[in-house]
Amino acid sequence: MNNQIVTRMGDGERVSLSAEEVREDIQAGTADAAMRAGVPELTAEEQERLFEIIADPSRIVSVKPGEEVIVTDDGCTMSFYSGQDGGGVGVPLSRMQAVLTYERACGADSTSLGHSDYSYKPVKPIINFEANDYYNISMLTTAPFFYGAQPNLGLYFQPDGPCPNAAELMPMGKIDEARRAQEEAAGHLTKDLVFVGSRLADVGLEGLNFDTSGSAGDADFMAALQAVAELKRKVPDLPILMGASGEFILGMHGEVEYAGTRLAGLYPQEQVKVIETAGADIAGVAINTATTESLPYNLSRAVTFVKAASAASNIPVHANVGMGVCGIPMMEQPPIDSVTRVSKALVQLGKADGL
Amino acid sequence: MGMHIAHIMASCMGGIRTSGDLVAWMQMTRKMRIHEAKAYVAEKLGVGIIDLTDEEIMRDIRKDLGIGTVTSIAGGPKGIRAKYRIADLLGINIRSVALFKSQMGLPG
Repeated sequence: MNNQIVTRMGDGERVSLSAEEVREDIQAGTADAAMRAGVPELTAEEQERLFEIIADPSRIVSVKPGEEVIVTDDGCTMSFYSGQDGGGVGVPLSRMQAVLTYERACGADSTSLGHSDYSYKPVKPIINFEANDYYNISMLTTAPFFYGAQPNLGLYFQPDGPCPNAAELMPMGKIDEARRAQEEAAGHLTKDLVFVGSRLADVGLEGLNFDTSGSAGDADFMAALQAVAELKRKVPDLPILMGASGEFILGMHGEVEYAGTRLAGLYPQEQVKVIETAGADIAGVAINTATTESLPYNLSRAVTFVKAASAASNIPVHANVGMGVCGIPMMEQPPIDSVTRVSKALVQLGKADGL
Repeated sequence: MGMHIAHIMASCMGGIRTSGDLVAWMQMTRKMRIHEAKAYVAEKLGVGIIDLTDEEIMRDIRKDLGIGTVTSIAGGPKGIRAKYRIADLLGINIRSVALFKSQMGLPG
């Protein structure tokens, strides 16, 4: 009897592992996540269920009827018309055509619109164009229609922005100056996030997505949290999805806090709590994929983190399952066998409310 | 691109093919976790949880309620007209619908 299981590495390469090797990687993955985040490992039963999902000989796997969850996205419709660097397939569709195709041909539970740069700062000078497109398309969509982009604090540092470059100051030992620069940049970012959100809210915005928050570190995450709170104060009925960018918040500043919680080093089960405190309606979590480790290892880690976050949260938790996160291989065309295994495991074992 | 479709097929509700949009609205507007959101929508539709992702059942329900069907029926409500009915059905505020109502002079 063939004891070999065909699976993937974190970079997408197809590999053949023995059942014992798969079980060892599952155990190592959950142990690593548990150790890092201070959360429980997957139980023996959960590890065995994960093994069965990974070892399923079918090319595609799925949840059982009745177990399905909601899909939100981070600019998926842009993938219809954008090019390779946006993960796009280059079909010459307008933004409206792409949104409606995603809703009606693909059966997405929600859709979204975003600027090609997918950061909020570049949206500010063209807000009227974005508001006009959003409004027109929202008259035609039936499923919930988000506007999304990344906070992306990095755009506020010189030479792209007004603030001294923290990444240049730190290697020179100018830690205090780097911190001040990040605080100044975070102030600009919060104002821009609130500006864009408010203007879109004026034209009937159905949902706002702060995607990949914290990509430039803890000050980036703080700015997004502050923007969520301010928008909820100004526009209480505006649904907001705030998603993280990694399994822990990088301490590029190290000292910034939100509501008394230091943000540097927060893991997903702690990230969802501050997102909830800020007033967001849905929290997104992103777990790093290690390209040199196997899918059983990466997926086991992701399920462990997501399960802990889901247990800690009082609001819906959506696991980010794009390229290179939550067990999805880090490559341009993630293989469907690995994508569906990640999908099934995060719902059945991670208890995600959405993807 | 294919990655999104794979997730939808493997684990997601199917949007306006079934009732995925309705459940998504409850997560967004009431912060409901997935099981609570499904139970709420199922109760409003008068069906079981398992029926929410059954195209054969949801197709007729969506057509009868005028909340949008995945295939295009000439004259059938879609877009803002379907969302108008969805907001009423679920008892929620959909911001685009509220703007539409204000423009039409309809009561909020």
